[in-house]
Amino acid sequence: MSLLTLESVTAHYGPAQALFGVSLSIGEGEVVALMGRNGMGKTTTVRAICRMVETGGGLTFAGQDLTRLPSHKAARLGLGLVPEGRRCFAPLTVAENLSATARPGHWDRTRVEALFPRLAERRDQTAGTLSGGEQQMLAIGRALMTNPRLLILDEATEGLAPLIRAEIWTALAELKAQTGLAILVIDKSISELGNVADRAVLLERGADVWTGAFDALEPALIERYLGV
Amino acid sequence: MMRERHLNLILLAGLLAIPVWAWITDEPFTITLATRVAILALAGVGLNIALGLGGLVSLGHAAFFGIGGYAMGILASHAQNYDPIFTTPFLFEGTKSMPVIWLTAIVMGGIAALLIGLISLRTSGVYFIMITLAFGQMFYFFSISWPAYGGEDGLSIWVRNGFPGLNTLDPIQFFALCFVLLLLALGLHWTLARSGFGLALNAARQSEARVEAAGLTPFRLRLVAFVISGMVTALAGALFADLNRFVSPTMFAWQMSGEIMVFIILGGVARLCGPVAGAALFITLEHWLGGVSDYWHVFLGALLLLVVLFARGGLIGALVKKEPAHD
Repeated sequence: MSLLTLESVTAHYGPAQALFGVSLSIGEGEVVALMGRNGMGKTTTVRAICRMVETGGGLTFAGQDLTRLPSHKAARLGLGLVPEGRRCFAPLTVAENLSATARPGHWDRTRVEALFPRLAERRDQTAGTLSGGEQQMLAIGRALMTNPRLLILDEATEGLAPLIRAEIWTALAELKAQTGLAILVIDKSISELGNVADRAVLLERGADVWTGAFDALEPALIERYLGV
Repeated sequence: MMRERHLNLILLAGLLAIPVWAWITDEPFTITLATRVAILALAGVGLNIALGLGGLVSLGHAAFFGIGGYAMGILASHAQNYDPIFTTPFLFEGTKSMPVIWLTAIVMGGIAALLIGLISLRTSGVYFIMITLAFGQMFYFFSISWPAYGGEDGLSIWVRNGFPGLNTLDPIQFFALCFVLLLLALGLHWTLARSGFGLALNAARQSEARVEAAGLTPFRLRLVAFVISGMVTALAGALFADLNRFVSPTMFAWQMSGEIMVFIILGGVARLCGPVAGAALFITLEHWLGGVSDYWHVFLGALLLLVVLFARGGLIGALVKKEPAHD
């Protein structure tokens, strides 16, 4: 049984329609890559899942109908979002960022700091003074501290140095191997996605156009839908 | 540069030392001034919980200050006149006991803050400022048109209320009570700021959407902070009325809300002892400059302007040169 199911989901920003029918599913412990060129609806799909935008169609998570829930109630079911652009709470310290929205469960500060040792070194430093990569690690750590059943990463490695990107991808691989956490990941790096993703969903103009095993992504598909 | 905690200790030690010195040298008026600082700082600590931690710019906190004052005035006036407040289902003749008065003020302040917060916290920014101001003014005009409790003239209490084991008419003993309550309120602020609740509240002021996406409700966080803030301010109101042995509609006036906010801005928004520094400076200026000119508020305005332009962290911020952890 799938953990998250989207059936022909539509979404609007005021009068402008952004999603025209996205369908996808994610099972327990599965890592799914949501891919597409800029403006194809990846972030809006994430916002629809997290109930941050008005949607139509079917949206269920852990057997619950998400379309009837406000954002905070949907999150409490186990959605952990790492939003695009890091978005840490800049004036709070690393430790405070981790504690601010924490919920009880497997993930606590010790485990997050073990996953990202840099955060332990910067524990008492305010988030606003961290490097981009450290802020990204903090954003992932903060999402893990809510003890989600599904971790959603929106462009988690965008604009980061190769070494930092490698650290983040290693952490995601560790998460997959050791915790069996379901992950929905948006990223442009096909080679790095290939190391963690089980399946891929390609979006084109606000609708899914291809779903399948990540290994089955052929160069022609990549060129057509990702422009690479 | 000095660390903020050292500066806080110096401030509080100073606030304690001055009345003790005045007691030794038999200067009761100075003790009263220090008591006034402690009480107004307590009101500031109340507002600082909403403003400093939650970013809630309330211009209606005089409502809670006045509720505390009138809780004291009503209970004590009935007790001193042997005139029951109600006779059914049981006889209640009011009280002259400070703990009972404080508890009543805190509960009434909390209820009022809950009702005001339920409505006003659905707005934000300038609308929140205006709606809290409107609520404060509603209480002000209600108290003016309430002849049973003095209307515009207010209510006088002949003898200060009592506290078990203390002679509250002795200025130094009443100061000690107020100072201990101020320390407790500062402890509450400190604990809240470091708790999960305080951190989430701080996070919510930075981004509602991110906090909601983490499963929390900013409205509920703010409402709890607003209620706690109202309770502390109401307690300050009860003490202020006891200090003056008088309560009047001016405790509800918007100028009172403005003054409480000025204490925080002068001392430093979100700084633990910001309201203490602000209230101390305000009372000092009022006392010294008030003797020089009736228009001493002009100097206060100039000082406020300087603080806003050149010392955004207030007096404490200027001295420690460090951003507050929770601003």
